[in-house]
Amino acid sequence: MRADRRTFPRLALAALILGLLFSPAFAVEPDEVLADPQLEARARSLSRDLRCVVCQNQSIDDSDAPLARDLRLLVRARLKSGDSDREVKAFLVARYGDYVLLRPRLGWATFVLWAAPTLVLLGGGAWVLRLWGGQRRRRPESRQLFAPPSESGPDPLSPEEEARVIALLEASRPAHSAQTVDPA
Amino acid sequence: MKRLVFLVPLALFAIAMGYFALGLGRDPAKLPSTLIGKALPAFDLPPVSDLSPGLADRDFQGRGNGDSGARLLNIWGSWCTACLVEHPFLMELARAGEIEIMGIDWKDAPGAGAAWLARHGNPFTRIGDDAEGRTAIDLGVTGAPETFIIDAQGRIRHKVVGPLGPATWQTEIAPLLQQLRAAAANEPAEGSADAR
Repeated sequence: MRADRRTFPRLALAALILGLLFSPAFAVEPDEVLADPQLEARARSLSRDLRCVVCQNQSIDDSDAPLARDLRLLVRARLKSGDSDREVKAFLVARYGDYVLLRPRLGWATFVLWAAPTLVLLGGGAWVLRLWGGQRRRRPESRQLFAPPSESGPDPLSPEEEARVIALLEASRPAHSAQTVDPA
Repeated sequence: MKRLVFLVPLALFAIAMGYFALGLGRDPAKLPSTLIGKALPAFDLPPVSDLSPGLADRDFQGRGNGDSGARLLNIWGSWCTACLVEHPFLMELARAGEIEIMGIDWKDAPGAGAAWLARHGNPFTRIGDDAEGRTAIDLGVTGAPETFIIDAQGRIRHKVVGPLGPATWQTEIAPLLQQLRAAAANEPAEGSADAR
């Protein structure tokens, strides 16, 4: 395409929009960031898995609520004092319940929650395959477009049925059609 | 027999509807407390002002003033408008000597809590200043006001999320206090001289 004087502003606008779309959104303030980058990375990833109990559908990493900030600071304090990721989560679950985890723990109670989508997909897929297979058996002429002629077609006629067909065709043939065999 | 297979999706739908009917009726903002039946977490908070002493978990041991021996622990803040709504009811409870009320001033600027109490009245026997919010997190607090019912052994028995009013008192708290009163009457006095 030709470049003209409107190209550059358009490209700049596109770049701006793309940049805004792909920039990460998070609520962590500079005074919360830990000095140790590894610990900070663990804190960020833990925060993304913890629900802000006030806003409820955001993680504490995303939420601007004051309680979310308190929880972010708490997570960092516990990581600094040597807790493992699992211990930090257990600490919060003891106080707020399983609801504070954005990803429910895999256990007997939550098994249905985790497995249901896969099970429904497999079950539904099996059902659909069964239905399609049944149609193929019952309506062979619907396949003639895709399959070679030798594979399709109705069941062959028995000798009595064949004799009946010939008799019917003979009877329905018009009287003057015998003249078609005359040379032109 | 094949006809019945078509009922399976309908049955699944009915089961799903059952779960939705149960779940959608619940208010997700009211988290059930995981601490019911457990002892208060340890804490020791400084006082908010000269008017009342600070608050620690040991202050909940032993019978409180009032019939049932239980105490209320009210989480509030001067910034919280719903707390202002419930405040007259707390003042009434304190005036009637119905139950002992302890308070935690949550996430308040220094002096703000004291000023608020001076303006609106102080129903609290003791108040802890939780400026950082750590004690509130230990209690599983998600907002203010929240009120815990603590028994004479320092165990959390119930939690009310939102402003406490006469209706909630009648339906949720009075029956519990009745239970605690009866339990206290049946138990032999645990070393305290003022057993009824």
